[in-house]
Amino acid sequence: MNIKKTLGMGAYILFLLLPIYWLLIMSFKSNQEILGGLSFWPEHFTLANYITIFSDASWYMGYVNSIYYVSLNMVITLAVALPAAYAFSRFRFIGDKHLFFWLLTNRMAPPAVFLLPFFQLYSSVGLFDTHIAVALAHCLFNVPLAVWILEGFMSGVPREIDETAYIDGYSFPRFFARIFIPLIRSGIGVTAFFCFMFSWVELLLARTLTSVDAKPIAAVMTRTVSASGIDWGVLAAAGVLTILPGVLVIWFVRNHVAKGFALGRV
Amino acid sequence: MIKPYTNKAWYLVLPVFALVAFSAIIPLMTVVNYSIQDIFDANTRYFVGTEWYREILNDTRLHDSLVRQFIFSGSVLLIEIPLGILVALMMPARGPGSVVCLLVLALPLLVPLNVVGTIWQIFGRADIGLFGWALNSLGINYNYAANPMDAWFTVLLMDVWHWTSLVALLCYSGLRAIPDAYYQAARIDRASNWAVFRFIQLPKLKNVLLIGVLLRFMDSFMIYTEPFVLTGGGPGNSTTFLSQTLTKMAVGQFDIGPAGAFSIIYFLIILLVSWLFYTAMTHNDGK
Amino acid sequence: MNWMAWTTPSALFFTGIGCILFAMTCWELKSPCVARKGFLPITTTRGDRLFIGLLSSAFIHLGFIGMTELSIWLPFSVAVVWLFIVMKWG
Repeated sequence: MNIKKTLGMGAYILFLLLPIYWLLIMSFKSNQEILGGLSFWPEHFTLANYITIFSDASWYMGYVNSIYYVSLNMVITLAVALPAAYAFSRFRFIGDKHLFFWLLTNRMAPPAVFLLPFFQLYSSVGLFDTHIAVALAHCLFNVPLAVWILEGFMSGVPREIDETAYIDGYSFPRFFARIFIPLIRSGIGVTAFFCFMFSWVELLLARTLTSVDAKPIAAVMTRTVSASGIDWGVLAAAGVLTILPGVLVIWFVRNHVAKGFALGRV
Repeated sequence: MIKPYTNKAWYLVLPVFALVAFSAIIPLMTVVNYSIQDIFDANTRYFVGTEWYREILNDTRLHDSLVRQFIFSGSVLLIEIPLGILVALMMPARGPGSVVCLLVLALPLLVPLNVVGTIWQIFGRADIGLFGWALNSLGINYNYAANPMDAWFTVLLMDVWHWTSLVALLCYSGLRAIPDAYYQAARIDRASNWAVFRFIQLPKLKNVLLIGVLLRFMDSFMIYTEPFVLTGGGPGNSTTFLSQTLTKMAVGQFDIGPAGAFSIIYFLIILLVSWLFYTAMTHNDGK
Repeated sequence: MNWMAWTTPSALFFTGIGCILFAMTCWELKSPCVARKGFLPITTTRGDRLFIGLLSSAFIHLGFIGMTELSIWLPFSVAVVWLFIVMKWG
């Protein structure tokens, strides 16, 4: 039984990693070698593709822009979602269920629907091509998700803890910051992970709301396709570099995520 | 224990409400406004009533991409949910193995959508990609750029690759929440593996599966970037889904009015299906 | 506000929706409603029924517009009657 499980898991992991491996080795090959034939290992190991990216500001600024708006989005999302999730997990109030579902519908709404009005909205308030515009736009789908996940974690904390704290003379903000947030640290870790993920991978809105100053890396990547064909090597290298921040994030939150998932409150 | 009723809780929800209202209600109103007018520029616009709706509803492009969309979302759910559960069941429960599995599973989730497209664009090519090359050397004539069925299959496989992990991670967290005592009781009763799954694990997974099914449905229903990068919606229109039809209309041809009407119809469909899912799964709680 | 391209009908529509929501809130504050089971297959509260009514009204409109050439006021009156039925007996 256990051998079968391990084999199955191994096969699945292979399925997940093989395409990424292929991208990785491709980024170390020159274009002649890529188009020349199939090989499982770069024969002429080269860093030229990465040098192309790191020596050109319009390339590496794409990464800076993306990371900037994603972090901004994470901060905004957590700041507004924490109190709201607390309200949903602790109280009943008028319209609570409908508000919750309405929030969720925004997670469901396709970004394509909001494309044009967003463009107009942010242009009219003078936020077009700024990082904050993309961060706010991504809140549309990240805030509902964050509220949803956090509400689950918070419901797992017994209400007696709140009550004891109030009896001990804690005010609400102090209780929230000192006692409650440390209790759901793992939950916040998982939420931050999901916010990062959905904001980092999104392209349509980020591309539409920016032109030069805040252009995300995903939009910069389309440059590799030119009239003379696709620059496969640079494209692969840029792809690998977009995966790296994700790997770092997973690495940093791994304990929280593992614990958060282990708590079964997602 | 029943939650206390207090409308003061609205103060806590207010920031979220304001933020989401700013980025959801205002644009939605604007889309409605667009959808009933013929707009040439900021100052030249005519009220046309329901004309765009009539045009869009009788547009075969919408019908075709709607059918494709439902088949696609259906296949995604049918493959990813059982596969995700299976993977979660296979994952080691504790120890370093489980951490490694978690990290590897989380990896595809953090690949930007267009890079997912790029990865498979490369991986599936017969000349430079392992996958396309392997299929072709097995004697299967595979070319996603020319054959609609192959393109369709590649988009589906890409989605499975990218998102099954999400379902698996959610299910894994659900499984960890089951106390060991349940399994011990099952062992004493000599329950079969299937019975353990059917009567202990599956009921506990219901809540996370709700999240999984909803998320996967919504996201597959608005899939845009991956097929766009892979083949640009082709060959022909075989992988052109709703979002892409809409984006072509709005940004490509700048038909704001029809695009607005399309958006409203699209949004209503999503609202209906998601509401059905949500109600079906929350109302079965047996309260 | 110009970029939002307001028209009188859509302004009226959103004002109407806003008024309904406001009225429902007041009603709820005055006499909180109890979830009950009507002809709809699930237990619903007043707000649920309003949502169901409005959403199905939207589809009634789409159906009429897509399949017939009739005036928009016909599906509108059907929808109003339907909304009333759902609110009362749903």
